Amino acid sequence: MSRRRGAIGLGLVVLGALIPYIGLHLPWVLPSTVNVVNSTGTLTVLALCFIFAGVALGYDVIFGYTGLLSLGPVMYFATGVYVFDITLTHWNWPLVPALLATFATSLVLAVVLGAIALRVSGIAFTMVTLAFAQAFYYLIEDNPHGLTGGDTGLALYSSRLPAFMSGAVSNTRNLYWIALGFLVVSYAVVWLVTESATGHVLVAIRENERRLEVLGVHPFRYKLAAYTLSSLVATGGGVAYILLIGTAVPSAVASVTVTLSILIMVVLGGAGTRWGAVTGAIVYVYLQQYLLKVAAEPSFASLPAFLRVPLSQPQFLLGAIFVLFVIFVPGGVAGVVVRRRLRVAAERFDAASATPSNTVQEEP
Amino acid sequence: MNVFLALTFSGIALGAVYFLAASGLSLIYGLMDILNFAHGLFMTLGAYVAWDVASHLPASWGAPLLFVIALVASILGGALAAGLTEVIIIRPLYGRPIGQILVTIGLDLAVVGLLLGGFGSNSLSVPVPLWLIEASHVGGLSLPNSDFVALVAGVIVLVSLELFLRQTRYGITIRAGVENRDMVSALGINVGRAFTLVFVIGGAMAGLAGLLYAVVFSGDLISPTQGDSLLIFAFIVVVIGGLGSIRGSAVAALIVGLVQDYANFYLGSHPGMAEIGNLSVVLLLALVLEWRPRGLFGSTL
Repeated sequence: MSRRRGAIGLGLVVLGALIPYIGLHLPWVLPSTVNVVNSTGTLTVLALCFIFAGVALGYDVIFGYTGLLSLGPVMYFATGVYVFDITLTHWNWPLVPALLATFATSLVLAVVLGAIALRVSGIAFTMVTLAFAQAFYYLIEDNPHGLTGGDTGLALYSSRLPAFMSGAVSNTRNLYWIALGFLVVSYAVVWLVTESATGHVLVAIRENERRLEVLGVHPFRYKLAAYTLSSLVATGGGVAYILLIGTAVPSAVASVTVTLSILIMVVLGGAGTRWGAVTGAIVYVYLQQYLLKVAAEPSFASLPAFLRVPLSQPQFLLGAIFVLFVIFVPGGVAGVVVRRRLRVAAERFDAASATPSNTVQEEP
Repeated sequence: MNVFLALTFSGIALGAVYFLAASGLSLIYGLMDILNFAHGLFMTLGAYVAWDVASHLPASWGAPLLFVIALVASILGGALAAGLTEVIIIRPLYGRPIGQILVTIGLDLAVVGLLLGGFGSNSLSVPVPLWLIEASHVGGLSLPNSDFVALVAGVIVLVSLELFLRQTRYGITIRAGVENRDMVSALGINVGRAFTLVFVIGGAMAGLAGLLYAVVFSGDLISPTQGDSLLIFAFIVVVIGGLGSIRGSAVAALIVGLVQDYANFYLGSHPGMAEIGNLSVVLLLALVLEWRPRGLFGSTL
């Protein structure tokens, strides 16, 4: 079973890596205006899907596995975007020191702020992480010393960046592979951690933290580790994002809306499962871009206002889908699949045990 | 000294608005364990209902009357939105606390998206009487009249909320429910009705807060996302004050309002520190949590 799933995963990654070579014309399904699979627009959207899938995976470690509703992931995503952008663009650092500085900043922020936020639990933790993320957003908007560019944003421009990584249209294919690579690495890291002994402690924290304390385990360290891991993954996503998109704008990379999108992705796909988070993120980003494309169609403008206004707002549609999912499909897509698998297994078990149990009853 | 007194006054007025926004949130959390993300939406909807009502009535009625009607409309709008939310989307999820938080997040996104689609992201202007924009002179100080309105509204709501919670049967049920919900329902009291009631009360205060915030602090302008930014400060006030405590919310709202106001004036004029007021409030939150994780008036967490 596990080997089969591994093979499917590997097949999907290979397929993903080959997509830039597929020049297929696919009308209706693609999210960009050019209906060709390896067009720049489609590759960019797919790369965005992969980036957010990786970030959602990292977030699933703290939310799905550990059961802590953090509203802070955007802060670490924005750290990846801005520290990388600032060190390259303003300070003209070479690539490797810039990367190291980005992840070091994220690590320090995550350990310090995580330790403060984890002093409280439950709802208060959620509120505190939200407040920190919002403070970070204000800081970026403030444009301290002209570093972040404030509302106008900061374009990534550096002669030190290797040529194949620069934002030129001809390089979209390379950036797409970087995004896919980021997703594969985050999947591997999250897989290793969640299947390890530490991962089991995280699930135990979610299920019954008090019991764990009685057993002599200090949950705080594990919670902080989970928080830090998911933060570092989000930072990686931020780096891939700024390479791909080329401009950092606070409303797109640092506002609370980004956190909520990541949360929605994980919940839609199924919290606490790896492929659920990945599926949720890919479907979410794809749908968001696709809905924008539909709303921009000329024929769309002829719809009556009561249809056109709601349908032109991806935020409305995705929010509404999310509410329906939470009420009617708890556990997300993964929950549906797992429940079906359990039912099939139960039926098989019943069928298998039907004959022996009959004989037992007939014996006396 | 005069500057300091004037600052203190406007900080208190800001605190009054924060109190209106936060107390309902605190009450809902205390009784139902729900972190209500849709509270920001109730604030926004209150302001939009007020704008809609006021702009459909004849201007000949005069600005003061229209403003009073707008105030009432914001209260009713917020209360109605909150009541419907509780009955339609919160109720099916009793027993699933994370699910309840998530639906309020989804609802907030969806309806704010709808408002953005319907009204655009540009701000709309609420009609207010001229008197509200002017300032009164009290003992050598020039104080904006809108601040007085916010302050009076905050005090009226605080006093009536305390009276309601301590003197009426429903209020006592709510307080008992905050203390121990299982015990209250074991005594045969319908806690479900109390849930709807706290949502309606919280929504009413949120709606009023939404309109007052627009009138007092953003030049009579309302926008679809204003409630969401106000909500963050309401969260901070609730955590500092202690979850579930009305008095805690009142004290914390005043502290947060004052800190933000002082920091903005004394530090915000330096280059690159325009957001220092907002940042200082978050710093205050971190300090309070270090010193007293359950908040100023919180009993347990």
